[in-house]
Amino acid sequence: MEKVKLTIDNKPIEIPKGTTINKAARQLGIEIPTLCYMQLHDLNIENKPAGCRICVVEVQDRRNLAPSCATNCEEGMVIKTHSTRVLNARRTVMEFILSDHPKDCLICPKSGNCELQTMAHQLGIREIPGEEIASTSTYRKDTSPSIIRDLDKCILCRRCEMMCNTVQTVGALSAINRGFMATVAPAFEQNLEHSTCTYCGQCVAVCPTGALTEVDHTPDVLRALADPAKTVIVQTAPAVRAALGELFGMEPGTLVTGKMVTALRELGFDYVFDTDFAADLTIMEEGTELLDRLKRHLNGDRSARLPILTSCCPGWVNFFEEYYPDLKDIPSTAKSPQQMFGAIAKTYFADKINVSRKDLVVVSIMPCLAKKYECQREEFSSDGNRDVDFSISTRELAAFIKQANIDLNNLKNGEFDAPLGESTGAGVIFGATGGVIEAACRTAYEIFTGKKLERIDFTELRGLEGVRAATIDFDGLPLNIGIAHGLGNARNLLDEVRSGRSQFHAIEVMACPGGCIGGGGQPLHHGNSEIIKARAAALYNEDRGKPLRKSHQNPFIIKLYEEFLGKPNSEKAHHLLHTKYFDKKKKIIVKQ
Amino acid sequence: MVCGGTGCSGSQGEALLDNLNLELEANALENDIHVVKAGCFGLCSTGPNIKIIPGNVIYTGVKPDDAKEIVSEHIMKGRPVERLLFTDPLTKKKLTTEKELSPFRKQLRLVLRNCGVIDPGNIDDAIAHDAYAALSMALTEMKPADVIKIIKDSGLRGRGGGGFSTGLKWEIAAKNKSDEKYVVCNADEGDPGAFMDRSVLEGDPHAVLEAMAICGYAIKAAKGLIYIRAEYPLAVARLKTAIEQAREYGLLGKDIMGSGFNFDIEIRYGAGAFVCGEETALIHSMEGLRGEPTVKPPFPAESGYRNKPTNVNNVETFACISPIILKGAEWFSSIGTQKSKGTKVFALAGKINNVGLIEVPMGTTLREVVYDIGGGIRNGRKFKAAQTGGPSGGCLTEKHLDTPIDFDNLIEAGSMMGSGGLIVMDEDDCMVSVAKFFLDFTVEESCGKCAPCRIGNKRLYELLDHITKGKGTPADLDRLKNMCLVIKDTSLCGLGQSSPNPVLSTLENFKDEYDSHVTAKKCPAGHCKDLMEYFIISANCVGCTACARVCPVGAITGERKEPHVINPAICIKCGACKEKCKFDAIIIQ
Repeated sequence: MEKVKLTIDNKPIEIPKGTTINKAARQLGIEIPTLCYMQLHDLNIENKPAGCRICVVEVQDRRNLAPSCATNCEEGMVIKTHSTRVLNARRTVMEFILSDHPKDCLICPKSGNCELQTMAHQLGIREIPGEEIASTSTYRKDTSPSIIRDLDKCILCRRCEMMCNTVQTVGALSAINRGFMATVAPAFEQNLEHSTCTYCGQCVAVCPTGALTEVDHTPDVLRALADPAKTVIVQTAPAVRAALGELFGMEPGTLVTGKMVTALRELGFDYVFDTDFAADLTIMEEGTELLDRLKRHLNGDRSARLPILTSCCPGWVNFFEEYYPDLKDIPSTAKSPQQMFGAIAKTYFADKINVSRKDLVVVSIMPCLAKKYECQREEFSSDGNRDVDFSISTRELAAFIKQANIDLNNLKNGEFDAPLGESTGAGVIFGATGGVIEAACRTAYEIFTGKKLERIDFTELRGLEGVRAATIDFDGLPLNIGIAHGLGNARNLLDEVRSGRSQFHAIEVMACPGGCIGGGGQPLHHGNSEIIKARAAALYNEDRGKPLRKSHQNPFIIKLYEEFLGKPNSEKAHHLLHTKYFDKKKKIIVKQ
Repeated sequence: MVCGGTGCSGSQGEALLDNLNLELEANALENDIHVVKAGCFGLCSTGPNIKIIPGNVIYTGVKPDDAKEIVSEHIMKGRPVERLLFTDPLTKKKLTTEKELSPFRKQLRLVLRNCGVIDPGNIDDAIAHDAYAALSMALTEMKPADVIKIIKDSGLRGRGGGGFSTGLKWEIAAKNKSDEKYVVCNADEGDPGAFMDRSVLEGDPHAVLEAMAICGYAIKAAKGLIYIRAEYPLAVARLKTAIEQAREYGLLGKDIMGSGFNFDIEIRYGAGAFVCGEETALIHSMEGLRGEPTVKPPFPAESGYRNKPTNVNNVETFACISPIILKGAEWFSSIGTQKSKGTKVFALAGKINNVGLIEVPMGTTLREVVYDIGGGIRNGRKFKAAQTGGPSGGCLTEKHLDTPIDFDNLIEAGSMMGSGGLIVMDEDDCMVSVAKFFLDFTVEESCGKCAPCRIGNKRLYELLDHITKGKGTPADLDRLKNMCLVIKDTSLCGLGQSSPNPVLSTLENFKDEYDSHVTAKKCPAGHCKDLMEYFIISANCVGCTACARVCPVGAITGERKEPHVINPAICIKCGACKEKCKFDAIIIQ
């Protein structure tokens, strides 16, 4: 590869052509501060509009300062990253940005985790010259079921826009208006709720400030816990345990399953259950559906359409309801684990503990913001009583634990309660991209072939490639599996399905890059994809350590079918555990 | 020829054209004499203007009702209508033809060669004036590399603002190999008060089409795109007609003139964002994206429209091409100064007698432009400054009057060529307010992508406003300057990199005016309302009470037949008292 030689702050460096100044400087141990720039290296995601101008550096013989994030190194460049010209410009630009930003850090949801706040501190800004005469740009606040947009705090880094358009191809957010009034909004300045938004929350996951945040349901949960008439139970999604520790100073990838259970118990939940249990249940239903469709299809039944698509991700469900309503009979009808859990909790479990469904409050802890919307969908409630009452994210749970003076680090490991707390390794790996289909293969193989699966780890289904394909040998039947994470990647696979070119029998889709571990409700990664990789590794570790690793071996699942559901895809199972999809294509209505 | 420029059309030029036709018909002359809606003559302050050929007699300030007299006197009897002839603002003499008219004397109309000369709606007329001769020559006698060489040798520099060598630009685009390339004409003329490109497109559209085809031949592109503001309906209509006619004549389309060269042109409309004049923003806008600039490199010549090599030139640049091909590089480079060749079109505006469109050789001095061509300052006032380069330019002062105008001298003087706006200011103009006025424009027109331009310009405007209200401090001037320098140094595109220029150049050249605003809290030009104070000279006041009665806020007190007093704390500076006073007792301080 062609290399170029240059000097940065008097230090010589030789670097491949095409490397940005910023990256070259980092190799020399020089951290040039950046604000709008963000990358998730392992996921091929990069945002470099060169808009904030914080990372500018001085390049000899160049008229203006250069944005180091978007300027490539060239032969013979002489670069200064901290000349007085640079420092003065950087400070002045930061003062500009802060002069148009609210100063309500005390009650901002991002306080303490805000990249703008950190940068202001790092640059030593103590006052904003001319603040007394500075007007601020404002835009109406918009609250959707999952996401709050507070555009007064937007610094136009355009990360959300890049995520929404380039990565997710959802197209709900883009820059509107000009100059000082420029901001980011849905088309025709609709509210998010009336846009194409899928609530995947990736915009929130990358927002450096408090402009995009989740709707906080912790106060609702607290009120339920404080109500003596209510029995409050909680379910925790697999990806939460692999990330929660980060917010308590632990290394990324630290599993805190047991500590989390103890914390939830200390918070006052009456029963602490595991969404992984429902994940195992999902495999039973979805796996059976897959095999049924596969067999019918192989027998020449044209009404059995393949590929079957997974349906546990609510952001993904929103996406195909919006963009591919013509394909809505392709995804599995199995509800997501969150909703399966809710349906079983408010029937089977409520009966077991003799509590009426209206006095049973089901809370879910999710790595996800779309789950907030999902649990509010009409079809997931009975007489106005939701199957899952509230969904809070990993971040909200961490804040809740801290509010209760609980230090997660110092807790003993607890055990999930029975019967909805038992799970297999298959349920655990749901949290990483490829995990659902791997779990499904483990069970479907044994049911389809009647043989014991010797090699449990389908490593060919794992990884962070955006679109992956693998062929699993089902005892002579080659089963073609497709995997996509990130909705833009899913779109590619769906376009193939729509045009009839798809060779897959089954496709797993997760809306968020990396799967649930990279969800919109997780601790912020601040552009470090190593964190996402560490979380995935943690889940696969937990799976490996489990005595049972196939969903159909879960004794409580077996019992549930025996006592209550009959068999997978039974009429009762259909009633409680399956759903249908709707054409939600947005129509633009222009008021007369 | 009836001038079809904006000014003339806007002052009943259309009705005049209709009346002329009616009069000719009434006298059964409609088959012998044609009335043509021509391109802009440049004499915008005196419109509507008409020119009668043969004789080239120019009439100015012609009303629709004058059609009758023109037809009956000039056309039928051969007697000039004296009262409609141009009056020289300095000598007060009546002048008849273009050659005699003082505004034209120092001009060299190369870009505007056919404006007001040909019928822009008629390709035959254009061809009779050498249109497409250069294309024919290029296609039959020259290789693409020859074309590039002659343009390079001519020394032509981009007229859109940057002043980059056009030949070099073509050469880079030609070198980048690709299956598809594009030639883009930037007709997104956005400077307030500028109408150079518009006039060319309205008056001589074939000049641009032909040059684009020549460029396409040189860089091996088969597709041309004209990005034009949708607010230029006449220019759009003229272009559409011209494109259709050129296609009909085989001058655009497949196998042009049997040479095997294919080239066609499409029109793309802009929605009027100033920033879309920046080439990367323009390309994004054409692609259907938000009109926002992106970091260069990559330059459009490497990766432009649809990520293909794209050559973007401005209208005026294209209009220079055909004469260069026909008359040679040496001829072109003999005009102008050492580093700025050829001519430059300016839209002359402000406090000047002959407001209008002019074209002068590079190197013409500001004094020649203001006094010889512009006819001096209106109402005999004193010249104070001239703003060049539009809202992102700077101002030239009295000391620059004899500086030859070219790309480099303007930059040295703290301004720039820009696209060619030239606004003249007199002693009544407050330079702080002038800077504020231009900032107001850039604040509105910033796309908002980068922080220094989006927020910094707003802060500049606010601080200037603060100063013009008498609330500024000397320390504010240092802050103002620092903000300007940082915005220039850190902004993403040319808009932000030049938007502080009006502030910097007025700070540099009129520092005393700024000082006066922040220390004495006075506006020397008497322009800033908040810094004025109405005052009654007791000696002149007879105590008639007229002022006190008319004052809407009761700021004036005094006994009858005794001198009155204005309380400045209450006064809202509406000026009603001064208007009412018959004894010149009320003055502004």
